[in-house]
Amino acid sequence: MIFFLMALLLHIDIVSTAIDSQYCSEKVTIVHIVVCLKQVPDTTEVKIDRKTNTLIREGVPSIANPFDLNAVEAALVLKEKYGATVTVISMGPPQAKEALRRAIAMGADQAILLSDRSFAGADTLATSYTLAQAILKLQDAGGVDLVLCGKQAIDGDTAQVGPGIATRLNLTQLTYVSKIESVDADGKHITVERKLENGVEIVRGNLPALLTVVKEIYKPRYASLPCLIESLAYEPVVWNAKQISADSSQIGLEGSPTWVETIFSPPLREGGVILNPGDENYDKEFSGLIDTVKKIVAEERSKLVCS
Amino acid sequence: MTPIEIAEKLCTLCQVCVKKCPFDALSMQDGKIVVNEKCTACGICVRTCPEKAMSLRNLPKKAIAKDLKDYKGVWVFIEHSDCKIASVSFELLGEGRKLADKLGVELSAVLLGDATERMAAESASYGADTVLVMNDPLLKNYRTQPYLAGIVQLVQKYKPEIFLFGATTMGRDLAGAVATKLRTGLTADCTALDIEEQTKFLKQTRPAFGGNIMATILTKNHRPQMATVRPRVMKAPLKDAGKKAAIINETIVVSAELLPTMIVDFILQAEQNAPLEDAQIIVSGGKGMGSAKNFDMLHAFASAIGGTVAGSRKASEAGWISAAMQVGQTGHTVRPRIYFACGISGAIQHVVGMQTSDIIIAINKDPHAPIFSVANYGIVGDVLNIIPQMTKIFNEGSGNNESH
Repeated sequence: MIFFLMALLLHIDIVSTAIDSQYCSEKVTIVHIVVCLKQVPDTTEVKIDRKTNTLIREGVPSIANPFDLNAVEAALVLKEKYGATVTVISMGPPQAKEALRRAIAMGADQAILLSDRSFAGADTLATSYTLAQAILKLQDAGGVDLVLCGKQAIDGDTAQVGPGIATRLNLTQLTYVSKIESVDADGKHITVERKLENGVEIVRGNLPALLTVVKEIYKPRYASLPCLIESLAYEPVVWNAKQISADSSQIGLEGSPTWVETIFSPPLREGGVILNPGDENYDKEFSGLIDTVKKIVAEERSKLVCS
Repeated sequence: MTPIEIAEKLCTLCQVCVKKCPFDALSMQDGKIVVNEKCTACGICVRTCPEKAMSLRNLPKKAIAKDLKDYKGVWVFIEHSDCKIASVSFELLGEGRKLADKLGVELSAVLLGDATERMAAESASYGADTVLVMNDPLLKNYRTQPYLAGIVQLVQKYKPEIFLFGATTMGRDLAGAVATKLRTGLTADCTALDIEEQTKFLKQTRPAFGGNIMATILTKNHRPQMATVRPRVMKAPLKDAGKKAAIINETIVVSAELLPTMIVDFILQAEQNAPLEDAQIIVSGGKGMGSAKNFDMLHAFASAIGGTVAGSRKASEAGWISAAMQVGQTGHTVRPRIYFACGISGAIQHVVGMQTSDIIIAINKDPHAPIFSVANYGIVGDVLNIIPQMTKIFNEGSGNNESH
């Protein structure tokens, strides 16, 4: 009961902040930005046990997904420009609060953790449903103009949750954004640069919109020491499945159409010849190597001539 | 209800599962193992539990099993810009052909655009039995909304069982939206596809966890089974210009006023070299190069052999090479015929981006550098001496007898 009341109070607080800023700031074009953030294992620290060919996860820290921090930074830049409120949301267990605090230390206004055992086992479809339900609740409370996500999470690398949220909430979908050029004065359009394989596309889209951002957009700022210390005491609001009116058939394992059938270690490439300048065979092996390269170089050159 | 069932009678609280879970989804609380929201139902805990106390919970298949049979055929989304079909689409037609043959069904190319005639014929020559075409000025350049509307319209009418997209910015942008609209499963960035013999499910294999593990994913109760596929992993089939396909024209139902985006401009990247992904010879430098200036020797070597210069994340972060030319998990995946790894230690995040190269030649001072375990040729030595030596050999032209 107490928890419920607390949640209710905090909820009202969120609503009022969003509305306050609408009236406080002179020329408001963007009022409320929601950033989706995931806590992930730092996959760059993962090692493989070559004997058993399994992951060694011990000692691998949990971090805020790096691309999501680029999104937080983009939100903060817009906040500085337009006086918007920045809300950071994450789906995860209680320990994911740590990642949310990182965003608070950077300058986000509030953080919400979507935490419920029934969210476990979610694939991207169920995850986008869960996050969309929370954003819907924020929309009902006072509107959301912009949702920002990192382009993908480094543990799953799917890049599917952003488009999933946009599709569910009918937000204008703008992925791989490398620059936010401008927001129209009437707050109805946003112009962004999208980084594609062969160039940069400049797109103007209706608001509200969902952007997924690439790392080139902004480098995440370092939190100042006072902000960092203050953030340690910050308690994110926690919403469970019921509080976001989640349909139990669309969350967690049950809401996930994909099944992990097997997991295995990637087949290792066989190592080849090692050439050591000290060895007696070195010269012979080196010229063998050069011959191999020459053959391919010649083949590639002849291709160029033909085309 | 959590995805993992734990038989408390069998569980000895040894916590092997807690240690083995890659996602940090298990912990011990109040004398019990509990599963949290990070669980992806990957089943590693189930397989590693020494007591066999864990199992994946079987959910009621309340879905649509009877409707699954209505879905037939393999579809490939044809990605194009400037009337040029992306090479990944040809690769997918090749792979789609194999899957369609295993299932005994048709392979269809799905082509949305404006003035698509020549591209439709080209799709046929790469193996499509049918080309589903939506021609409309609104579809001239890719935009999420009209393409989403068009694709959903086609899927609902023709019901394919498998639908493949390239794992490119366009393919990922579109497939993520389509799968959500259709409420079906989508597997990202697959590197292998196959058909499970008995069930006929599409086996979708992909790297996860920064390339540290591979997972095979199934979409059992939903259709179509959707996947994006990593470019340059599958081989494009040979073109058969004589092959014809049935062309089916459909009209898109969407109104221009409702479209939420407008393309203002497109700026083609002014990279001097060919795009990294298409390069057949890559000379890549890492931390061991030591400085931006030392990268000059890589450029000299690359120009001697007609290669493209790239770099590791460390090199890109140090500013020795542009981020656009970074190879690895957070950069590009490349598949050249020769990949020179110069002063690159070979962290897994780098290796996942280049391990499908035909020949890897590594030069590193450290004989224990992990790069040597993936290299076809490993030269233990100072890259700053060896690269100029090789450059000289190639600049001299013949080079069979001069160096030793």
